Amino acid sequence: MSTVKTLNLTLKIWRQKNNIAKGSLETYPISDISPDSSFLEMLDILNGGLIEKGESPVTFDHDCREGICGSCSLYINGEPHGPSRLVTTCQLHMRSFKDGETIYIEPFRAKAFPVIKDLMVDRSAFDRIQHAGGYISVNTSGNTQDANSIPIEKENADEAFYSAACIGCGACVAACKNASASLFVAAKVSQYALLPQGQVEAKDRVLNMVKQAEKEGFGPCSNTGACEVECPKGISIENIARMNREFLSAAITK
Amino acid sequence: MENSKTSIFRKVLMALSGLFLVIFLLQHFVINSLSVISPDSFNEVSHFMGTNPLVQFLLQPVLMFGVVLHLGMGMVIEQKNRKARPIKYAFSNASANSSWMSRNMIITGITVMLFLGLHFYDFWVPEMNTKYVEGNMSGMLDGEDSYRYFTELQHKFVSPVRIGIYCLSFIFLSLHLLHGFQSSFQSVGFKNRKFAPTIAKLGNIYAVAIPLGFIFIALFHFINSSH
Repeated sequence: MSTVKTLNLTLKIWRQKNNIAKGSLETYPISDISPDSSFLEMLDILNGGLIEKGESPVTFDHDCREGICGSCSLYINGEPHGPSRLVTTCQLHMRSFKDGETIYIEPFRAKAFPVIKDLMVDRSAFDRIQHAGGYISVNTSGNTQDANSIPIEKENADEAFYSAACIGCGACVAACKNASASLFVAAKVSQYALLPQGQVEAKDRVLNMVKQAEKEGFGPCSNTGACEVECPKGISIENIARMNREFLSAAITK
Repeated sequence: MENSKTSIFRKVLMALSGLFLVIFLLQHFVINSLSVISPDSFNEVSHFMGTNPLVQFLLQPVLMFGVVLHLGMGMVIEQKNRKARPIKYAFSNASANSSWMSRNMIITGITVMLFLGLHFYDFWVPEMNTKYVEGNMSGMLDGEDSYRYFTELQHKFVSPVRIGIYCLSFIFLSLHLLHGFQSSFQSVGFKNRKFAPTIAKLGNIYAVAIPLGFIFIALFHFINSSH
């Protein structure tokens, strides 16, 4: 019978009491972690130990733990959602790390994402960007035309679907050297711009969403492509080019 | 008016001025190449560029404006970049998701601008002095019946230190262009799945070939002067 080799790790975790306190990296050794456990389960084990010792557990965001909700964040070993590609932190498994490794865990850092406590940040800036135009104003009184009755090019439907896959986790902001939200805004702009229902408000949408992102304090896009690489849903930076086109066209004609 | 204060608008200005400078650089390279192929042709073209009113009083100011706009916007954007993340990460693995060139445009850009200072000191300032301060528009060597441009060029490429600085600067220019060329097309919204591979290929060829060509020209004149 084979035995699964467990992992002994050193965790360097950002601890910060509240949104105004000065935080620091604290060291926590942790042992006997199964390679099959998820990253968040590993943190649960750590927290269990801390609670038993009467210490404050590490605060971090999580919800569905299925890679859908976009709640989990964490900047792990210098990358948002850790070293694996196309996964959120909750889908990251400990087999991605080596026995004896030191793992750095920090919150997503941006002026627009202030730390609430430890590893939890306030991402409500994304909600405000959505409120600025990330919707279509449809009369839902009961006589709305069925969406399936409007013919849409397959290519556009697919593109819109890929853009709509954005879960708004903020990894794009965390990965970007300028903490830019361009990929998030571009995905939201694109998913509507590509569909006939989104055309009516297309100009206002892109202008208002871009301006709101600026207001929130997100940085400019340097086209490094880091966001695309780190996005757990594989949102393409092609969306950013589309957003730029939409913005320029709206700014000139509106 | 409010739209012109957005980062997208500023990046578009950066991109357009950058693409304009890319075209200018190509033109500069073609003229410089003549100094290797045919010194007489180099002299003729240099004299035309240096005395043609359209080039001198329209294109030259436009070029200056392009350089200043590119530099100015670069500085403004860099400031905004830094403000967006006041607390840095303790541990960052940026090379896992982006190229060094794309993350360090400000370093390569400032280096190229410093080089431009030297280049102006070497060529543009003496040229302006000869033509518009001393009032000598003949383009001729003192007391001789031949143009001065090729001779002046040769004199500048004698010092090994200067050659070293020129070569190093062109390496930085290459690094700047490796990201800047294709980034410009993305900023103006021209990049999509169809065009992206061609833009990337064209950008890489330009970013390597043109600076390498300038390095070759500098080394060619340096080696010739030492014989």
